Amino acid sequence: MSSSLTKADVQRIAQLAHLELTESEQELFLQQLSQILDYARRLQDVETTDVPPTWHPESDLRPLRQDIPKPSLSPEDALSNAPAPGPRNLFRVPKVIG
Amino acid sequence: MKDWDWTIARLRAAIVAKEVKAADICDHFLKRISTLAPELNAFTAVFEETARARAEEIDRQPDTWRDQPLLGVPVAVKDVICTRGTHTTGASRILSRFRPPYDATVVKRLQDAGAVIVGKTNCDEFAMGSSTEHSAYGPTHNPWSVAHTPGGSSGGSAAAVSARLCPASVASDTGGSIRQPAAFCGVVGLKPTYGRVSRYGLLAFASSLDQIGPMTLTVADAATVFQVIAGNDPFDATSVSLEVPDAQSIFPGEIAGLRIGVPRPVLEGLNNDEVRQAFDTALEILVERGAILVDVQLPHIEYAVPVYYLVAPAEASSNLARYDGVRYGLRAASNHDQADLQTMYKRTRDEGFGPEVKRRIMLGTYALSAGYYDAYYLKAQRIRSLIKKDYEYAFETVEAIAMPTTPEPAFRIGEHIDDPLAMYLGDIFTVSANLTGLPALSVPAGFTSTRLPLGLQLMGRPFDEVTLLKIAEVYERESPWWREQPFKQMP
Repeated sequence: MSSSLTKADVQRIAQLAHLELTESEQELFLQQLSQILDYARRLQDVETTDVPPTWHPESDLRPLRQDIPKPSLSPEDALSNAPAPGPRNLFRVPKVIG
Repeated sequence: MKDWDWTIARLRAAIVAKEVKAADICDHFLKRISTLAPELNAFTAVFEETARARAEEIDRQPDTWRDQPLLGVPVAVKDVICTRGTHTTGASRILSRFRPPYDATVVKRLQDAGAVIVGKTNCDEFAMGSSTEHSAYGPTHNPWSVAHTPGGSSGGSAAAVSARLCPASVASDTGGSIRQPAAFCGVVGLKPTYGRVSRYGLLAFASSLDQIGPMTLTVADAATVFQVIAGNDPFDATSVSLEVPDAQSIFPGEIAGLRIGVPRPVLEGLNNDEVRQAFDTALEILVERGAILVDVQLPHIEYAVPVYYLVAPAEASSNLARYDGVRYGLRAASNHDQADLQTMYKRTRDEGFGPEVKRRIMLGTYALSAGYYDAYYLKAQRIRSLIKKDYEYAFETVEAIAMPTTPEPAFRIGEHIDDPLAMYLGDIFTVSANLTGLPALSVPAGFTSTRLPLGLQLMGRPFDEVTLLKIAEVYERESPWWREQPFKQMP
């Protein structure tokens, strides 16, 4: 059984993932992702009715803490890696609206 | 200084006995790092000045540091773990100029224990890969054969410890990234139980799978580093409040009567005779020391790889959404006033991410997208529960489960680069420890006829790393493969 993944799917996923893929990347990923998803199809053979998902390893050894603010990074530190820091501790970004 | 036996235990003893200064040790390892850099490319950054200053500080204040478990020990940190104010890139272009404003908790704990951080080790970009070929800094080479990969993603850490560039490294393991390169390079690698070691300051790849652990020459050294880095951390909500075991509790290595599970049906798929032979020999040694072998089934382990390669990319696609050129990291060059925000995001991510990271973001985004979520992501998480049940059932009757760390020894650089699925399938024995959160370690288990290392993997019950270390230490004492050294003659 071959995957039904199409080039339009690849373009749609790239859009969702905020990736700008070249034509050749689209071709390559179409082929490689199809192969991987074909392989993953074997999961459909497993009966999982009434089996709950495991989102993460559970543990009752993780106590919740009190919701009390504590010292954290200063605004200067938090902005120290900004590619385009703006005035007054702001991040500068390209125009968002019109 | 002699080369071959500079374990943590030996180094520390030598410093305490004033046989050698921390600064001399630091220079010794820095020299090896620099001499072997062209052959191995194991480091993305070396901190000569700060390392030396730190070693000298330790020499100046012997009373302050004498009792510390990592007194003067040079340690390399995988380049996905934050070191304050210094190079931390995830081996990605997108973080090439990032300087974290804080230290990871494990880094702080290493420093408090007297360690000297010598640099950052190479890895696959954002720890995604099994070969260290997917690094913006170029591939790391296996010290046993430079035409081969060191494994991955922690290939730089494994190569560095194997080639005696440092006696220890801390790395991350999301699907085998500590254990598989440990096996490929002939060193010890421990992935502790999920929640045992704080991930604060680890560049997140897949948050339900990531765990930090030690890579060392010997099992005793792994236990020492493990004890230093383990323990609850208020900065990581997934870290547990459990007492940290004493590294010395792995001694005296008594394993008589211990039940070790062997998943025979899983091993039937092994095609490599040398891997099988090394594994059988290791089991014989454990039986001679009184361990009892028990057949275990693990019927769903054949689904572990496809489950992993849906769950991990799904989480990665979400975690890596943060790299958008706004708050930190690369921003693609563009005229701010003319390019719109969406274009800036896309160009930044296109320029900043390498092919394997893009592939996984694509795969994960697909598995989470409307119409495919139930069939892929949710289905995988349900089967994850079945895999977990398999192990819970097996661990009702055994204290540990043994299998080879990898189905094959190290592969050649370039061998799987165009065939991601072939690369993924090599992770069959390692990924289930991450899906279940269980502890697992790899200990050197001999060599192929062409002198490539092989690994024995042991998996254990939740938070029972000590039993794994104990079994591995007993095996290591009978078969001290770690004494074999690549690059005995320096180039």
